[in-house]
Amino acid sequence: MDFLNATILLLNYIFVPALTYGSQLALGAIFVTLIYGILRFANFATGDMMAFGTMVAILFTWYFQSFGISLGVLPTALVAIPFAIVFTIGYMLLIDKFVFKYYRVNKSPPVQLAMVSIGVMFVTQAVVRIIIGPADRRFFDGKKFIIKAGEFKEMTGLNEGLAIKSSQVLTIFITLILVSILFWFLNKTKTGKSMRAYSDNEDLALLSGIDPKRVVMITWIIAGILATIGGVLYGLDKSFKPFTYFNNMLPIFAAAIVGGIGNPFGAFLGGYVIAFSEIFITYAYKKFFMYVLPESMEPETLVQLLSTDYKFAVSFSILVIVLLYRPNGIFKGKVL
Amino acid sequence: MRKHLNVITAYAIMFGLIILVGVFQSWNVALSIFNMCLISAVMTMGANVQWGYAGLINFGLMGYAALGGLAAVLISVDPVQEAWSAGGFNIIMCLGLIIVMVFAIRFVLKKFEKSKLRTYGIAAIIVVGIVIIRITSEPGIEAIEAVNPATTGFLGGLGLPIVFSWIVGAFFAAGLAFIVGKVALGLRADYLAIATLLISEIVIAIIKHEDWLARGVKNVIGLKRPVPYELDLQTTDWFINLVAKFNGGKLNLISNVADKQAALNQFVIEGSSVFVKLCYSGLFLIVVIILLMITQKALYSPWGRMMRAIRDNEEAANAMGKNVVKQHLLIFILGSAIVGIAGAMLVTQDGLFTPGSYRPMRYTFLIWVMVIVGGSGNNFGAILGGFAVWFLWIEAAPIALFLINLFTAGLHETHELKVHLTESVPYFRYLMMGMGLLLIMRYRPKGILPEKIEIK
Repeated sequence: MDFLNATILLLNYIFVPALTYGSQLALGAIFVTLIYGILRFANFATGDMMAFGTMVAILFTWYFQSFGISLGVLPTALVAIPFAIVFTIGYMLLIDKFVFKYYRVNKSPPVQLAMVSIGVMFVTQAVVRIIIGPADRRFFDGKKFIIKAGEFKEMTGLNEGLAIKSSQVLTIFITLILVSILFWFLNKTKTGKSMRAYSDNEDLALLSGIDPKRVVMITWIIAGILATIGGVLYGLDKSFKPFTYFNNMLPIFAAAIVGGIGNPFGAFLGGYVIAFSEIFITYAYKKFFMYVLPESMEPETLVQLLSTDYKFAVSFSILVIVLLYRPNGIFKGKVL
Repeated sequence: MRKHLNVITAYAIMFGLIILVGVFQSWNVALSIFNMCLISAVMTMGANVQWGYAGLINFGLMGYAALGGLAAVLISVDPVQEAWSAGGFNIIMCLGLIIVMVFAIRFVLKKFEKSKLRTYGIAAIIVVGIVIIRITSEPGIEAIEAVNPATTGFLGGLGLPIVFSWIVGAFFAAGLAFIVGKVALGLRADYLAIATLLISEIVIAIIKHEDWLARGVKNVIGLKRPVPYELDLQTTDWFINLVAKFNGGKLNLISNVADKQAALNQFVIEGSSVFVKLCYSGLFLIVVIILLMITQKALYSPWGRMMRAIRDNEEAANAMGKNVVKQHLLIFILGSAIVGIAGAMLVTQDGLFTPGSYRPMRYTFLIWVMVIVGGSGNNFGAILGGFAVWFLWIEAAPIALFLINLFTAGLHETHELKVHLTESVPYFRYLMMGMGLLLIMRYRPKGILPEKIEIK
């Protein structure tokens, strides 16, 4: 019984939250990796582009809500996502046309493109804050919990409750579906293969007749889809605040690099590596040991490796260690 | 003279703008902009030494600035005796333990061949070390933080004049830069950017949450000043006389004695804050000029020539027998130290240390905008960038408000769009910064004052 309680405790406080957070990071990390692999620069506007997509989704959600449209138990934002994706892709293609294209055509060094992306970051931040403001917004509607902690306790008769939010389940499901489609696209379709070829060796790909404009456009389209869905899922699960989205850029970068930048599958796993290690290391295991150990050995302190204040610091330290020992990431191998 | 014409014009326009602010808004505002411009200029010089001279990307400027600020606290605040007796011993023990840990790792690195076992051994040393340090430090930290938590709750500093902290801040930043440089300088440019950014976030997290060090997010306020206080000035005779002399013309127009006294008091209050700001300006100007002289000298020295050679072609410089790794580390440390000075200056001017206010937008990316806009590789350009961008950063809101009113002139005062835009005026500064950066990078990629190397 105690063992079961301990398992449920870990599930509730570590496994489910980490899986959710990891999925959100994974989508962002694949976005970073795709841009890095195909357009060859570190996009510092990642977090803000996600904020842009989420903002459009929120605006559409409000619009639909004003008509009384809702999905019942599911959040209305799900209806808004396709519209938001269209707007985000439009915004990204616009930015690419007026900003990034010039440097790509001139074959500028990646550092210059990264600097330019900082300019884009400033502009996007301004656009988001001017349109929707810097405040914290919650736009989740529908049924909040699938299982409540209290219900779970009654159902199983255990001491520990397991609470599963519907936003968590949605996040995990949508991420898995989206990522499967993406990998199918990259590995099986002709367009996906041409993208991989372009990422692998640009000159050779051009020689074999791949149209670079098309590859770039499809990259931005996929990026727009990933950014919007990733952003909306994060916003549904927590809340939407432009500053948080900007900050999320850092663990997202960490996930992309840990997984081996340029490698989407690595980025996908990297998201979970970062999320799990952040939560594993900052969780206080006192209650867990109280269940597992006999009474005489119960710990007096919180048994916490690092306080939760250092959550970000954990992922960054992992990144630094990975950069030092395996600069190509944990899951290196073929690029894209 | 002609050669320097564009430099002179650019600076003349810049100072003209600040003087215009003084005339139309107030001298107080103009001087506070000027002071912040000077501090920004120091930061930009630091970034310029790294990026412009050597081509090293450092997105961790925020961390070095915060360390400079920490130095200001640790130097100027009086020591808290009670806290020292409560937990000082534990903290010193922990410092000792950290040193032991570092030496143990060095020993392992030197003694054993590179292998998987060695890597795991080092990891084990670090994990065990952290656990031991946590166990030793916990009671000490709790005891320190319990000492009068509303006002102190930390160890305090050395109680020295705050100006010393400018030098100490440089050393703090240099120390961090040494570690970061050793770890990260071998990385490719964009990885280096991300790594430094993340490391600076770690530094901020530590400063924010280690309350025993500098009170963390509870902030340290009321730091000692290197210049007189307004309130003291307002009661000093020579200062009142000085103000009376300055405003003699205006005062003579008032015939009523009581009114005259009231007007004089008003002038004294205004004058005192202007005087304090002028004192700061003087101090900061000295720093800027000294740094400018040193960096100019370095730029045209054989060493500067070597740095440019390394920047432009690393392999060739390496082939010529220059130690690229060592020089990169050196210039990384030097540039970071300059940023550390700026961080200490900033805290000195504000008189308070607020770790929560260190955000990458303000302390890393904005400084980078300054370097790029001003002109990397050119010290005068970097300083100008600091001035121009900070000026725009502050004056963006009034400019945006003016533009909004201009474009929405046809709309009614209570029109939704107009109200919304007016409310979001503060965020137009981001738009201006972004557009400015993008335009400069596109049409003048070398900045307003491009790098110009004359062979002397």
